[in-house]
Amino acid sequence: MTSSANNALGFSRRNFLTTTVASTISVTLPDRARGETTPATGTSADPGAPLNLKLRINGREHRLTLDGRTTLLDALREHAGLTGTKKGCDHGQCGACTVLVDNRRVLSCLTFATMVEERDITTIEGLARPDGTLHPMQQAFIDNDAFQCGYCTPGQIMSAVACVKEGHAESDGQIREYMSGNLCRCAAYPNIVDAIKQARPQMKEA
Amino acid sequence: MRPFAFSRADTVQSAVGAVPGSQTSPDLATVHAPHQYVAGGTTLIDLMKLDVMRPQNVTDINALEGTSSGEIEFGSRGLHLGALVRMSAAADHADVRRNYPVLAQSLELAASAQIRNMASLGGNVLQRTRCSYFRDTSYSACNKRDPGSGCAAMDGFNRMHAILGVSDSCIASYAGDFGQALIALDAEVELAGPNGSRRIPFADLHRPLGDAPHIESTLEPGELILAFMVPSMPWAKRSLFLKIRDRQSYEFALASAAVALDIDDGRIRHARIALGGVSATPWRAREAEQKLTGRKLGDAVLSDAADAAFANAKPREHNAFKIQLGKLTLVRALNQAATMEL
Repeated sequence: MTSSANNALGFSRRNFLTTTVASTISVTLPDRARGETTPATGTSADPGAPLNLKLRINGREHRLTLDGRTTLLDALREHAGLTGTKKGCDHGQCGACTVLVDNRRVLSCLTFATMVEERDITTIEGLARPDGTLHPMQQAFIDNDAFQCGYCTPGQIMSAVACVKEGHAESDGQIREYMSGNLCRCAAYPNIVDAIKQARPQMKEA
Repeated sequence: MRPFAFSRADTVQSAVGAVPGSQTSPDLATVHAPHQYVAGGTTLIDLMKLDVMRPQNVTDINALEGTSSGEIEFGSRGLHLGALVRMSAAADHADVRRNYPVLAQSLELAASAQIRNMASLGGNVLQRTRCSYFRDTSYSACNKRDPGSGCAAMDGFNRMHAILGVSDSCIASYAGDFGQALIALDAEVELAGPNGSRRIPFADLHRPLGDAPHIESTLEPGELILAFMVPSMPWAKRSLFLKIRDRQSYEFALASAAVALDIDDGRIRHARIALGGVSATPWRAREAEQKLTGRKLGDAVLSDAADAAFANAKPREHNAFKIQLGKLTLVRALNQAATMEL
């Protein structure tokens, strides 16, 4: 976690949650897996059997024991302690759960965790530099007031980063079209477009 | 969501071999087939969360991206589109954009950037209707889910539903755009299954609703789409996809038209037309094509073609507006195609 570097008190809600969830996992997972055979391949012929998965998230390997039905979104939030990725509709309609898999933006709510083993998963927690310097897109969202409640913001930022990298942020119209999969109930859309335009040249220089 | 066994297939043989062959039952809805393949997951996982789909076995076929099913090839015989190619990759492909603009546009106007990065072309054409009564299991009447149970949409809120290719059993709309472009261009589908490989016209992939709307395709149990073949058609450069919807982006069509025109000195030699948003399956409007063949494009000819396309429309209480909207959409698409600068 790098957010504490930006927090004068060195403590944030996000860090607090991470610590809490991580300690919870260490207690519950062995219980859940007790007495069950768990194949190490992320596949199971037995519908009820938990899966042992290795997920590479933000460059770090996470070993998780998960029910086969677990989506990548739930694996991130409930099991890896990475609550930056948000659950909005949970049906692929709102974009709040957008993450990068092998540098392509996808919806973590419509991806089974077991389908992204051996892939590089990047979440909002993985954007800032280790020294805490924000990604140009994160800074641009702050500079342009590109959110109100902030709930859709992690998904907006992940999608925006990919949008620029894809080369789909060359005009206002193109940004609006290629960001249409990320809904914002506060309707911060004009400021989101401005933020992307600010970050675009900075990302190209970097 | 109900538990399921999960496996991965890295060859076509292991994929189709994983499915027991004897699952056919005329009463089993396609949507309830016990074995499902997953690629992008954008339809399957959504419908599993809704308990509309409840597979006992799910086979991940994404490793087939390493075969010809993951490739796009363009040559003298036409275009090969692997079924594991993602919508975004096909929409961005230079050969597709240059030679078959209607294909590229049908893909890039669909869904969102995230979903286009996930969804495979094979899964796209098999995507299920967004009929809200089909998607909500608290409505017991849905002939597509449960044969013989009735149709809640018939006298329900049916503004989004189909007016072409509907039956007394079902009025669910086919939600896809890419399928309309494929059917307009006479594409073929390459299939592999437990009983071997075959190739069929794309127009034969989806079954007319009839009295068995629960059987959605002509695929046999375990059969898998490997690729689409779009024939060489130099004049398909004059093609486009026009999509009319409630909002400008990330929305299903109320009416759409996939058109391709072969024009010689102002006279139409060949016209290809498919209509989406209004139809129960990918829908080729051959009657409209015939009205255009050999004619010069003008208001009367266009109007004739549009009337012919919707002559057999069967609207319900809330969707009659789709007749006029569909006609205007077709006329605008044809006018735009005719005036394209190539």
